[in-house]
Order: sequence, then structure tokens, then C-alpha cells
Amino acid sequence: MSQSKIHKALRKRILVLDGAMGTMLQRYKFTEEDFRGERFKDWPSPVQGNNDMLSITQPEAIADVHAKYFAAGADIVETNTFSGTTIAMADYGMEEFVYELNYESAKMAKKVAQEFTEKEPEKPRFVAGAMGPTNKTASMSPDVNDPGFRAVSFDELRAAYKQQAEALIDGGVDMLLVETIFDTLNAKAALFAIEELKEERKIEIPVMVSGTITDASGRTLSGQTAEAFLISIGHMPLLSVGFNCALGAEQLTPYLEVVSGKSDFAVSAYPNAGLPNAFGEYDETAEEMAAQIKIYLDKKLINIIGGCCGTTPEHIHAIAELVKDYEPRPLPELNEAEAAI
Amino acid sequence: MSLESIAKAKRLRPLKLSGLEPLVVTPESNFVNVGERTNVAGSRKFLRLINEEKFDEALDIARDQVEGGAQIIDVNMDDGLIDGKKAMVTFLNLIAAEPDISRVPIMIDSSKWDIIEAGLQVVQGKCVVNSISLKEGESEFIDHAKKIKRYGAAVIVMAFDEVGQADNYERRLEITKRSYDILVNQVKFPPEDIIFDLNIFPVATGMEEHRLNAIDFIEATRWVKENLPYAHVSGGVSNVSFSFRGNNVVREAMHSVFLYHAIKAGMNIGIVNPTMLEIYDDIPKDLLEHVEDVILDRRDDATERLLDFAESVKGSAKERTVDLSWREEPLQSRITRALVKGIDAYILEDIEEARLASEKPLHVIEGHLMTGMNVVGDLFGDGKMFLPQVVKSARVMKKAVAYLLPYIEEEKLKNPPPASEKAKSNLVLMATVKGDVHDIGKNIVSVVLACNNYEIIDMGVMVPPEKIIATAKERNVDIIGLSGLITPSLDEMVFLAKEMKRQDFTVPLLIGGATTSKAHTAVKIDPEYPEAVVHVNDASRAVTVVGDLLNPDSRLKYKADIKEDYALFRERFLTRGKKRDFLTVEQARENKWKLDWDNFEAFKPKELGVQILEEFDLNKLVDYIDWSPFFRSWDLHGKYPDILEDDVVGEQARELFADAKGILKRILEEKLLTAKAIFGLFEANTINDDDIEIFTSSAVDKQQKFIFRTLRQQSKKASGKPNIALADFIAPKESGKQDYMGCFCVTAGFGTQELAAKYEADHDDYNSIMVKALADRFAEAFAEYLHERVRKDHWGYANNESLSNLELIKEAYKGIRPAPGYPACPDHLEKLTIWDILDVNEKIGVELTESLAMWPAASVSGYYFANPEARYFGLGKIKMDQVKDFAERKGIEVRLAEKWLNPNISDQ
Repeated sequence: MSQSKIHKALRKRILVLDGAMGTMLQRYKFTEEDFRGERFKDWPSPVQGNNDMLSITQPEAIADVHAKYFAAGADIVETNTFSGTTIAMADYGMEEFVYELNYESAKMAKKVAQEFTEKEPEKPRFVAGAMGPTNKTASMSPDVNDPGFRAVSFDELRAAYKQQAEALIDGGVDMLLVETIFDTLNAKAALFAIEELKEERKIEIPVMVSGTITDASGRTLSGQTAEAFLISIGHMPLLSVGFNCALGAEQLTPYLEVVSGKSDFAVSAYPNAGLPNAFGEYDETAEEMAAQIKIYLDKKLINIIGGCCGTTPEHIHAIAELVKDYEPRPLPELNEAEAAI
Repeated sequence: MSLESIAKAKRLRPLKLSGLEPLVVTPESNFVNVGERTNVAGSRKFLRLINEEKFDEALDIARDQVEGGAQIIDVNMDDGLIDGKKAMVTFLNLIAAEPDISRVPIMIDSSKWDIIEAGLQVVQGKCVVNSISLKEGESEFIDHAKKIKRYGAAVIVMAFDEVGQADNYERRLEITKRSYDILVNQVKFPPEDIIFDLNIFPVATGMEEHRLNAIDFIEATRWVKENLPYAHVSGGVSNVSFSFRGNNVVREAMHSVFLYHAIKAGMNIGIVNPTMLEIYDDIPKDLLEHVEDVILDRRDDATERLLDFAESVKGSAKERTVDLSWREEPLQSRITRALVKGIDAYILEDIEEARLASEKPLHVIEGHLMTGMNVVGDLFGDGKMFLPQVVKSARVMKKAVAYLLPYIEEEKLKNPPPASEKAKSNLVLMATVKGDVHDIGKNIVSVVLACNNYEIIDMGVMVPPEKIIATAKERNVDIIGLSGLITPSLDEMVFLAKEMKRQDFTVPLLIGGATTSKAHTAVKIDPEYPEAVVHVNDASRAVTVVGDLLNPDSRLKYKADIKEDYALFRERFLTRGKKRDFLTVEQARENKWKLDWDNFEAFKPKELGVQILEEFDLNKLVDYIDWSPFFRSWDLHGKYPDILEDDVVGEQARELFADAKGILKRILEEKLLTAKAIFGLFEANTINDDDIEIFTSSAVDKQQKFIFRTLRQQSKKASGKPNIALADFIAPKESGKQDYMGCFCVTAGFGTQELAAKYEADHDDYNSIMVKALADRFAEAFAEYLHERVRKDHWGYANNESLSNLELIKEAYKGIRPAPGYPACPDHLEKLTIWDILDVNEKIGVELTESLAMWPAASVSGYYFANPEARYFGLGKIKMDQVKDFAERKGIEVRLAEKWLNPNISDQ
């Protein structure tokens, strides 16, 4: 099954994750009508910007982006479900469609992946069900005058993540990706939900975890250092752990070194295409980014590499071409520690 | 598998925890200390702060712990009166917002699973759960362990199962093995995240079955580390020494010895109070041997031997870090140390040694003892010693001097000293002035000065001025100190200053006591005496002030500076006073506080008339004691109970409090003090604005009429604010409404003098002062208690009232009990009326001195007002027109009224 396939693949080579979905969708210049499609033409509030919903209203576009990334050399694409929880969808009042959009997104991505796998069986393609951070934080107060206040509880997050994970699994994803974690407690709720699901359904599913170091302080938004973050989410058997977003490849290096040195899990990274310029645009070219990622490879820091904000199939292509010639970061003999008991 | 690979594997699987920052516990790590102050079960202060929802201050405790080096902080909210879940969540959420606290991992401590789970849901880092066990069976254990794993926390597992707590070696093995196997094999709990609490139980309890408690723990620890891979061992260390509570020397040594062996066996995490830990290497050999005998159960008679030995080190038990090796030091160091630490256990043998080594016995005082007392003086001056410590030093000093006196006398007989060689130390005369009986403050100053090489002539209390003058002349004293607590004493001091000038005295005059002030000294006393007059508001200043006044190099300049300072102060004070406007007494009455008497209906007391409480049980008063003034009487400033945790004086306050509790216990058990009370509730109405007419019986034929004269505020008030007199709280006769009031006298002072004298005879000023201070507290507590009973039962208007002790102290109740001599009614003469009405002297034996102070001193008298609008106020300054009016109403000479009301009469 896919689990053994992905583990096997990880030991053989550096796997390539896709690039940004949002950046690609911007190219379509979808209007409010496009976002609504037939399905939501009478929806009472504006839905423009609800990218996840495009999996339902503009499925061809989403499938097309997935295909472009696979074609560029990606081994894994992420489902278009970054905001696919009741908590994030509440902004559009679209909580009721959460299961459907996750399920459809997963199914579609999986279909594209299978097409590529059939064409190139020696390079199987995988789908990671993306589970974003939601727009609320469980360990920080949004109100500076009331530091004890919390806009969302662990149980609310757990329930929302559980629903999302369930739909993604039903839709056929090969793994789950808890990502862009700026508050570790949110991620812990997601991991708790996934564990519950695994137990209830008696299934195994690989889980990737990717945090976000927000700035040069070297900490998550909720204040943890890279190592503290790693310890806080290390209680589950993860497929990989790493960082994405916020920083460019170069700025991310020291934190990857921490994780790489201290974790027995595979290490992932999908940085932005540099830091945004004065207009909020990412203008680092594919070649520039690949040059920085080469340092990761020389240092054997990573097992999975891709791109976040501002990256395109061109970036992913450059990265995929680059990593071909490199050995992955060595993974410890699994279960040695267990064997010691 | 090889040892090498086990070691490697162990390195691979350390215990990893996190707050904002990581904590990785490897076999090479030092012992991990868990901060335990944020625990409502372990810290009274923290409990109080949580109860009062003072979360900011509670956070400060957490912060102190982290700054103090705690690597994990234990948070526990298990208290019957707290909503533990809510408190846990609130506190952890607040901690999350404090990066300097939340950088360390949290130990979520509760016996209730729902509190633990609520805690786990609000912390992003990897916590430790404290704790779970097999107590309620396997299925609950598994269920909780599974959830803990899922929340990503480590766990403390108590050695506890369905049968009970593991209390021997075998049971510890059995339970830990079973717990471990379930966790690792069934739950798949990471073994490195398991921390066993193997139950630390007390040793040396005298019970045969407790002998092995420590060694069993240590051996079980060793077994766990060898047989349950990666697991850790922790425990609360202070339990082991439980049977030596009160003897910190032994306790600290026991903790160190226990930890030394337990850590060697593999214990690597623990809750240890770092201040209750001696350095293993610093434990004196003999103590170490005795303690190790007990901890390691090396002898059958280990407990008895340690108990005996403990007795010998008990005297020094109050020391922070006790190191009996000081006994090996040279003689002078030993004497100095005994004085600095207030240890009297060895002083006589050391003094004897010094005496034999000295040419003359006096040289021991001038040499050895004074050298030591100078160190005490320096430390005190630097703020490194606190008053109660200095008083204890004095106790040791006195004991030593008393031992030497017979030898000195003997010596004098043999070799009468030539007149020129007469030892001359500075002589200080101390007295509480005529009419006043309060001497706690004076005694403290005396002791402190005595500690600093001054010879004290303590003339005691109620000392007439002519006697002070005569003694001062006769003994050729270098300085005179006057003390007083009640307001008439102020005038006595002024009188004495005038007398000293008249008789051409040149010695400095010190003024102290509760009612004295810099203002009074500068304005009233200083101008009367051309030499130095200094107000000393606390004992700690006395040493430096006296030093400056007597030092030949500095005294002239010091005197000039003080005189100038007081002159300036006086000028400013008087100018300020001039700006104040006053009303005439008639105008003030027009602006009286007008309550709505039309809609008023007084609550008739259930029991009118006079009642007496004889031989009252002091036990009932303990809870009513307001301790803050007790600490104040020792110059330790701060509110109780916060003061016990105060950064600066907390340690001293705790010691003092412990000593007070000791004496308190003796007083209660041996019934050393006697408390009595008398009170009466009467029909009353206000007449002629400021007087209150009362009838002591409602039966017209037996009626006896008395009148209380009240004084009215006379300074001009802001618009709308009344000029109040106590009479305003009672319905005026013309309202046609019957109203009521009461008066009382309580005492807890009988026996104080005798008990204090006993201590004094034993050269123990510390305990003598303590007894007086406690008697004062009892009297105040009795007044509080009686007022409550009156409100609830005898009068009964507040029978639904339910107030905590704190609320009582804050006077949160309805109605007031003002006392003559205090701000609302500064006129002491009114005490005479109370004495007449209640026949106080005859019925309970409390007397009034010529200055109208109560004797015994630990007594309180006053009035009861029940009107819900009644409140405490200060009379402030009044004008002569009211004084004259008052004298007329009372039927006394104006001069007399002027004398008694002097402190309140405006100078304008």
C-alpha cells in the first residue's frame, strides 16, 4: 500500500513536493462569478478569495495546477484544502461544505496523481491532504488587553480537524500534511484528531508536520524555538517534520539544521520564493531558489523539498532537476531504539 | 545487548520536554528541580492569590520560580474551595502570555483527571502530567495514559495500585513493573516519557515498619533504573524528614543525605525546596553519621540516636544553613557567631573558656562579647539583620553577662579599680512617661541599643518626670529616651523638655512611641529644649541616631542639622496650618451629618443592660487575631500573611511568627493569660446636637442617666461634606424615635506582667516583649470577637452577617466601635464615663491610670454604634470655642479640657 511505497521512496531519494497553489490560481484572475460558479451563484455573501471552494466551482483549474506540478517533477502534491475546516470556512459562512470540499479536492488530486503514476510507474506520485492552521490560535489571545482569552478551544479545533482529516482520507489521500503551523497547540489538536481517527477506523496513515518560523527570532508565532516545536509534536510517529512559508530558503537553513540534527523523522522544507518585495510579490527566480536549496543538499539536511508562497512549476522543475543528483538525508535505522527494549 | 549499545540507546531516548524552549533530560543531566510554589496545596500565598483571583501576583510567583532556576514548574489547583478546572485553565492561559515563564515546561498537577485534561488542552509545549496510577484499576490507567500520550505529554506514575500505595521495596517493584509493562506494551507509551514517583515516606518516626522507608525507596530507584529502560524516578523529598519538623538542621541534613544516595541510585527529577537543603559535604561528620544511619537503616538504634543528637542541635535549628563545624572554630568566632545567630546553647561554656583565658572577667565583656556585638550592630545597620534577630542576640549577650557578673563583683572586691580607670560606656536612660503603661517599643529600642554597646537604665513605665530628672542627674546619663503610646504622653514629653531646659540639661532627648510624630516633636517639643531633640520612629534608626548624637566628632554638626531640619519642618507645618479654615462650633453643628430620622426605626437590642464575660477561653480568639500590627510592633512592615513571603523580611517574619506561635501555644495550654470583658447596651438619644443621653435601665423607676460628650469636626469642609460627631449616629431626642448604643471594655492582660517578668528574670527580653505583644493582639481580637457577638446575638441586628477574619479586620461589618483616645473621639476623659456606667474597675479589674491609660495595658474599651450609616472618621483639629463649650457641658475647668484635648487644638 501507499504507506510502504512512500517510506520506501523516502529512503531512496529526495522527494519533491509541489509549489504554491495560490500563486498559480492568481494567474486565472477569477472573478466573484467564477468563484461562485453555478453552485453558489445565489450565495448571500461574497466568496471571492475562498480558494478552497474552487475545488468545487472551478475543478478543472485545480486539477490543471496539480498536473503542472507533477509534470514539473513533483512527487507529492497538496490538496487544495488549506482552509478546509469549519473554523476557517466560517469567514464565508460555508462550514456546511467542509466535508465535500475536502473529499472532492482529495479525489481530484488523487485522480491526477494516478494518471501520472500510470505513465511513469517508476516514479509513483502521491497526494498529501493539506490541513492548514485555521485562522484562530489556541494558545494566544487576539485581545492584547485580555491575555487569558482564547478565540478557539482545543476541542473546537480537534473536532474541526477531525472532520477535515476524515474527508481527506475518504477522498483517497496518501498522507496528511498538518502545515504552516504558527501555533503548536493548533497542530497538537490536529494530531490528536488524526490519532483518534486512526484508532476509530483502525487505519494507518502517514502524517507530515510542517511548522512556520515567522521571522529572524527563530521562533514560531506562538513563541517556540525550532527544537521546542519539534519536541512538542514529536509524540506521534510522523512521516516527516519540517518548516514552510514565511521565510525564503536561505533564511530557513539554521532551523532545518536544528530539526535535521535532532529528529529521527524525515525532514521536509518548502520555503517561499524568497522574501516578498515592497509590493508583496515574491520575485526570487527558480534558479536563485535552487541555488539556495543546493546548500540543504550539500549539508544533507532534507528528505522532502518543495515550495510555498511565490513558487511555481518553474521553481519546482529547477528543484526537481537539482535534487536528482543528491542523496537524501540519511534516516536512522528504524526501530533500533525499540529493538533496544 | 551490550552495555555500550544500551548506553547509546539511552542517549537516543532522553526525556524531552518543552515550553517555549526545550528541556532535554539525558543520563548526564544534572538533577532536574521542579518549582513547587505555584501549588495551592504547597503554598498558602499562592492559594490565597488564586482564591482572590490575583492572577498577576500569582504569575509573579511562577516567574520567581523560573528566575530562581526551576527547570519545570508544577501547577496545582486542587483545593476544595477553588474551581480547579477553571483556575488551571485561566492560570495556564496567562502563563502562555508570559514568555519569561512559559519558556519552561509545565507540570500539570492534579488528582482529578478532568483538571489534568483541561490543562493539557491549553499548553502548546510538552508537559508532564502529575500523576496517574493503577489506584482505580487498569482500564482507567490505560485510558488516561493513552490520552496523555495523544496530548503529547510525559507522565508521573505513582507507585500505587488497587491495593494501596507501595510502601516497601517489593511492592514498589511489583507496581512499577506492572505499570511499566502496561504503558510500554499495551499503550505504546514512550518509556522515556515515564517518570515513577516511588513514594518518599518519613523515616525515624519511631515505628519499626518505617525504618526501611528511605532505603527501600533508594533501592527501588536503583531497580527501576536497571530494569525498566529509559524510565525516570522522581519524588517529593521533604516527606522523608517529616518526623523532624521544627528542627531544620536535621531536616536539611536528611534531605541532602537522602538525595545524595537517591541520585546515586538514579533519581533524577524531584520537588525539592532549595532553601531546605544542606550541602552534603558541609554536613558535620557526627550529624552526617547519625542521619545516614537512619536513612540507610544501618543500626537498630539509629532513630533513637538521631533523636538524641537532634536535641543537641535543636537550639540552632532556626539557622538557614546549619553547620555545626563552627564549634571547631577559634573562641572569638564561636562567641561572635553565637551572638549573630542568637544561639545560646553553647554560650556559657564559651564564656567560661574566655573567662579562664582572660586576665579579668570584665575583659570578656569588653573584648569577646563587644567584638561580637559590634558585628551584630554592623549587620543590623546594614540591614542584614532584622530586629527579632537582634533581640535574640541580646538574649545571648544578657545570658553571658549574667554569668560573668559574680566574677566581676568578686574581682572588684579583690582589686578595687582606681577611679580613673572606671569603665565608661555611654549611658542611656529609657522611660515610658507618667500615666502611660506601654513599653513594647521602648523595650525594643533598649535592647537594640544594649546590643550596640550602650548601657541602658530602663526606668520602666509610668515614670514621673521628677524621677527621670533625678535619675538622669544622679547617674550622669548621656542621653534620655522617652516613650509613650497614648496622646496625653505627648504633653508629658513637652513638660519634661521644659523641665530639662530649666535645670540646664545638655544631654540629647530621644522621642519615640506610637502617637509621637516628627510633627509633634518639631512643633511642640523641640522649641522647648535648646539641646538636640530627635524623633526616632523605629528602633532600627535608634542606633545610628544615638551614635551620631554621642560621637564627639559629629555631635555638634548633627545637632545643628537636626535643629535646622526641625525648624524648617515647623515653619512649613505652621504655615500650612494657617491656610486651614475653621467653622465656629455653632456653624459646624449646623453642618452636622443629617441622617433621615423620619424613616428611621432603630433595631432594639435583644438584651439591654450590662453583661460580663469572666475567664474567657482564649482559644476562641485565636482566629480573630489581626497579625499585621504584631509584626509592626517588631518593626517588620507589611501585611499579614503576605509578610511571611516578603522578599526582604519574609524569613524573619516567618521565624518571628513561629516563635509567636510557640508562646501562643504555651499561653493557651497553660492558661497563662486571663481574658475578661464587660459590656452594656442601652437606650440612647442625642440631645443638644453633640451629647448622647443614655439610660442604663428601661424601667423608669430604676433609670440612671449618663451622658457621653462627643466632639465635632470643626475644619471647613468641601461643599456638601458634613462636620461629623459621633452623636450624629444616634437619633436625636426630638425625632421621637428611641435609639440605642453600647459601650464595653475587654482585657487579655491579666497575667502578662507576671509572665513577662519571668522571662525578664531569665534575661529573655525577646520572649518578654513577645508576651506583651501577644497580649495586645488578644485584647484587640477579643474586642473584635465581642463586637461580632454583640452584632449577631446580644444586639442582634446583624444576625445574618457572615464575614471572614479578613473582612473583620477590614471592618466590613455594619456599625462601629470607636474607642476614646482614638481619632473619632480623642478625648480620654470619656473613658471615665464608660467606667462609671459599666463599673469596669469593680467588675473586671481593669483600672485607669492618672493619664487614663488602661491597666493592664492589653485592654480595649469603646462604644458601640449600630446605625448602618455609622462610620469611622478623624476629628482633626478643633478650636478653642469648642473646647470651652465642651468644658462647660462636662462641667470641668477649661484649663483641664485644654490639657486633655491639647493635641487636637488648632494653634491658630
